[in-house]
Amino acid sequence: MNLASAAGSDTLTPARSRPELRRRLVLGLMVVPLLLVLAWVLFLANGTSAGPAIKEPGEFLVTLLDGITVAGLFFVVASGFTLIFGLMRTVNMAHGSLFAMAAYIGITIQQTMVGKTRNIEAADVSLAAWFVPLLVGAMVAAVIGIVIQQVLLRWNEGQELRQALITLAVAVILSDQMLAWFGGLATRMVWPGAVTHFFEIAGERYATSRLFMLGMAIVVGVGLWLWLGRTRMGMVIRAGVDDRDMVRALGINIMAVFAITFFVGAFLAGVGGIMGASFAGVAPGADGQWLLNSLVVVIIGGLGSLKGAVAGSLLFGLVVSFSPAYLPQEFTFYSIILTFVLLAVVLAVRPYGLFGKAAA
Amino acid sequence: MTMSKSRIALLVVIAAVVALPLIGSDFFISFLMTRVLILAIAAASIVFLFRYGGMTSLAQFLIFGVAGFMVGNAVAESGKGLKLGWGPWVAVVFALGIALIVALILGALASRTSGIYFLMLTLTYAVIGYYFFGQVTSLSGFGGITGIRPPPLFDEHPERLYYAAVGLSIVAYVGFKAIARTPFGLALQGTRDDPVRMASLGFNVPLHRTLAFVIAGFVTACAGILYIWWNGQIDPTSISIGPTLDLLIIAVIGGISYLEGAWVGALVYVLANNYLRNVPLLDQIGITEARFNTVIGLLVLLIMILSPEGIMGIVDRLGRGGRGAEPSVPSIAKVETG
Repeated sequence: MNLASAAGSDTLTPARSRPELRRRLVLGLMVVPLLLVLAWVLFLANGTSAGPAIKEPGEFLVTLLDGITVAGLFFVVASGFTLIFGLMRTVNMAHGSLFAMAAYIGITIQQTMVGKTRNIEAADVSLAAWFVPLLVGAMVAAVIGIVIQQVLLRWNEGQELRQALITLAVAVILSDQMLAWFGGLATRMVWPGAVTHFFEIAGERYATSRLFMLGMAIVVGVGLWLWLGRTRMGMVIRAGVDDRDMVRALGINIMAVFAITFFVGAFLAGVGGIMGASFAGVAPGADGQWLLNSLVVVIIGGLGSLKGAVAGSLLFGLVVSFSPAYLPQEFTFYSIILTFVLLAVVLAVRPYGLFGKAAA
Repeated sequence: MTMSKSRIALLVVIAAVVALPLIGSDFFISFLMTRVLILAIAAASIVFLFRYGGMTSLAQFLIFGVAGFMVGNAVAESGKGLKLGWGPWVAVVFALGIALIVALILGALASRTSGIYFLMLTLTYAVIGYYFFGQVTSLSGFGGITGIRPPPLFDEHPERLYYAAVGLSIVAYVGFKAIARTPFGLALQGTRDDPVRMASLGFNVPLHRTLAFVIAGFVTACAGILYIWWNGQIDPTSISIGPTLDLLIIAVIGGISYLEGAWVGALVYVLANNYLRNVPLLDQIGITEARFNTVIGLLVLLIMILSPEGIMGIVDRLGRGGRGAEPSVPSIAKVETG
């Protein structure tokens, strides 16, 4: 199920000379470094913080789980971004701001519900003291999102750059206002006590809360998949992705569909914000950081594609968790470069991402 | 050939800028106006890429920073970084070389995308660059490189640095306009308007985009070198996502389709940043200097809603008095898909 505008197979790549041959060559060339990386992680990685996987299977498993669980968080945030782009071709630069807004509001509500503002222990936090902030925070993000869409984006549909700059201005304003209201200090949500345990896996302790995060992501992913694939509304959205004007001509109120999609996309940013605030906290700059994470995911996976968001999150999550663990210790600060290498490799093969298609 | 109105206006502006140190205070010239010019040159490279290549680049400030960091690494004898202890002019060549290589790689990677994809990809470059310089302590670290002195020519002579920025501004403005008229520039504009047709005519579209990106990178790298001489230090925060977006905002305020807009936008931006607190009554409605970003954000929002072509677009429209043909510039409102 590809949300991207399906323009057949003729992607708009200029200079399509001998494309098939070239692609095979590039793919072939990519297998070699992939095997090298695998060999390195499995057998050779002495002098890294994790050690070769053959000798330290526990470390390997933990790194793998770290990658997959953080990919879950990436997916929740990026899925909203890609959903909005897929249907409306709006690049919502305020997506990270919606994330941060939900996070701050969630934190405030959790603090009120628990009854203290600092040193909140996981044991203090009931499931309600996590899910109520989640719902309220995400709803606020969704309402802000729909206001942005109705007031600022409804009348300039199709003007991609103008819309991106409008949402950029909104992001600048929101970020400044959040600084004024919530201050400049880093704060965080606390996972509910019910999911804050540790369990043993191949000799390593592992936090249940990370698996809970992955579980949330799977729920979101399956929910989106069912919504888009099995309901009438989802059918209309998919049709709208392919041909907005045709959907409109069939008498369907596409403006309502746009509004609902923006609502859901912003809501997902908010859900991600609560999860992210519980996972890593939130501080000024988190909005830009999470906008970037969404961008990396969709650039790798392809804008507008749900499958792409899954693939992009997984690849990005794995690179983020494996590179500090399996780079030689004196080079771990180069791990950011590997994110760039991942982007570069994907773009070299597919300029519009793994599952993306050029705009029609 | 009689001089057109706009050309006369341009000469008047240049004369005023050159004469400005005679009347302006040291603070105004060396602090504000030099900053305006440096930011404007970097913003002009964004305008160049947008106007002639149809690319909205957010990587310009990264290349600006690469040049600055490389100068810092090359000349510093102590402190953070590589501490090469080279002469200042060798450092310039070194920094320009590295910046051009970076621009070439980034440009080549981005050249097969366009439109909104290009914007997102270059934004990603910018943020990765920020973390790169933050984390790679052998080049900088989050503390940045401090205590860089400009070459003796400019040391203790801030007004000379101002004139250097004026000179570079003129070269960048005239140079960008000249490049647009070369066969390369015309082909570039062709790739902006219809990449598929240009490709089928035998033009190598990604190559043209990459070259344009490198040219823009060269200009912004020059601005980056001026910046580190002017500021004496550079840290990753000065090229983080905030300043990166601010540079695009400067171009947008001035008018991203007008080369002059870069200078107009930088002037408005820096003066607003500095003099906002002096505007009476503003603080009574909760707008203080600390909320500068809210003001700038609202300004951009207003421009995007009312006149996406920025201040120069308004000037252009007024200048034509509502008559005459539509301006032959790419418009934000018209840019659709990539």
